[in-house]
Amino acid sequence: MSDHDYRPKSKVGQWFNDRLPLLTLANHLTDYPTPKNLNYWWTFGGILTFCLVTQIITGLTLAMHYIAHADMAFESVEHIMRDVNYGWLIRYIHANGASMFFLAVYIHIFRSLFYGSYKAPREIIWIIGIIIYLLMMAAAFMGYVLPWGQMSFWGATVITNLFSAIPLVGEGIVTWLWGGYSVDNPTLTRFFTLHYLIPFLILGLVVLHIWALHVPGNNNPVGIDIKKPSKDTVPFHPYIVIKDGFALLMFMIVFAFFVFYAPNILGHADNYIEANPMVTPAHIVPEWYLLPFYAILRSVPDKLLGVVAMLSAILILAVLPWLDTSKIRSAVFRPLYKQFYWILVADVLILGYVGAMPAEGLYLLIARVATAYYFLHFLIILPVLGFKEKTLPVPLSITEPVLGGSPNLAAARNKESKME
Amino acid sequence: MSEKKTKRRDFLFTATTAVGAVGAAAVVWPMIDQMNPDASVKALASTEVDVSALTPGNTLTVLWRGKPVFIRRRTQEEIDEARKVKMEDLIHPEKDEDRAKNPEWLVMLGVCTHLGCVPLNDKGDYNGWFCPCHGSHYDTSGRIRKGPAPLNMEVPKYEFVNANTIKIG
Repeated sequence: MSDHDYRPKSKVGQWFNDRLPLLTLANHLTDYPTPKNLNYWWTFGGILTFCLVTQIITGLTLAMHYIAHADMAFESVEHIMRDVNYGWLIRYIHANGASMFFLAVYIHIFRSLFYGSYKAPREIIWIIGIIIYLLMMAAAFMGYVLPWGQMSFWGATVITNLFSAIPLVGEGIVTWLWGGYSVDNPTLTRFFTLHYLIPFLILGLVVLHIWALHVPGNNNPVGIDIKKPSKDTVPFHPYIVIKDGFALLMFMIVFAFFVFYAPNILGHADNYIEANPMVTPAHIVPEWYLLPFYAILRSVPDKLLGVVAMLSAILILAVLPWLDTSKIRSAVFRPLYKQFYWILVADVLILGYVGAMPAEGLYLLIARVATAYYFLHFLIILPVLGFKEKTLPVPLSITEPVLGGSPNLAAARNKESKME
Repeated sequence: MSEKKTKRRDFLFTATTAVGAVGAAAVVWPMIDQMNPDASVKALASTEVDVSALTPGNTLTVLWRGKPVFIRRRTQEEIDEARKVKMEDLIHPEKDEDRAKNPEWLVMLGVCTHLGCVPLNDKGDYNGWFCPCHGSHYDTSGRIRKGPAPLNMEVPKYEFVNANTIKIG
């Protein structure tokens, strides 16, 4: 990289940069060579950064009015909604912001799955991403507890009880997590503390995620290694900044729709009833973004194995770079993987759907089949596919398929010419 | 470097690390233990309940240590149904005689042993309780019969202080 040759133009800039090379960093970020064929699926990294910053800013302002106490939390949230100037707006942005964050992260993850972005040399980027995703789930779960409604209380009870499945020490761990013999005030205050902390941990990991990304550079829809900088790349600024900015605007329209027109559609009415340890709501469901994993938990009839299956479903993603044995990154050149990819997408959507339904009868059967398929995809199909699949020829550069039409067309042409 | 000197260095290194580790553990433990139930939480250990108004076939739910406790005054049919169950049919074999010393009164934590929801009265396939969260069925003795819960609902320590009062805890 030519970063190290950078020298600020002004004397003051040079003086400062010699002592703290922030200007070199800024120059690296603006000039950063980016594949010129990045499509809109690549704009979700920027969108996710926006989501994180939005959650931190709205969260900080909410914390100025919220009271983390079992007797006052529910009322303080109503106080925010009714009395605090624009409190309703800030809270609705924060609550829906969590959903938007997960929507964006799921698109981001499935983009990686389609284009093989998790493969060498990008395994560390991917694993940091999975850790961020786990922290996001922890933050979202604890944030959902804070309003101290019925769903808050019983969601907290069910999720913390997952730890009681651990043999021998499980019950002790749960009591320790609660700070009592049930979810109560000590639980609420510690959840508030951790909910406040986690976004900053995520922020730190995002820096590492981007740092790790900037070592090999972006993957791209063709999934080939490219020379940087070359005619296959464009500088990050202004090309990608403008593209990311436009995508962010589109995303904010969706965001604003939820905030202003359907602020409670993604929530549960039960959470507007104050927490009551004597009555469990008739139907406990987590927020939509956790439903597929909830379905996996419920599909296993054994308590410990159910918890193990649910955790494995997430952690299996961390070893994905080694489960996928194919040398080809992009699904564009993997005709079989492409089909299995879409089956997996459908499978996860089905799991999400049955996760919201009662765990009985046909729903339970579907959940079990879909759970089995989820693990089958990662543990059997992906490793075998890498050896068996007949992949299409990959172009040598990004420019080649661009000049010759679509990558598929170019690939097909390559194939023909080889046959001749 | 002589061999003797190297050994002396090794000893100092190991000793320093060991003392350091003990010191670190001594500092970490209070940080971990502060999350355990505090004195004020532990102080709420027992509660007394007046059950004189409870008629057979009804359940009273009271709060003990932040958890609901079911006090069920059982009908004769419920007792008979609970007592005639064969031990080999149970997921967590416990005799009804051991769970309800006085057969008319069943006292247990109203907490599903799966993930801690409160099961619903007079529901489920075994005429006892049904947990709405993940579909566990309990019989008229509060024993798990079907579903993901691994254990029967827990019977806490309790006693009749007099004919009308139960002390839990």
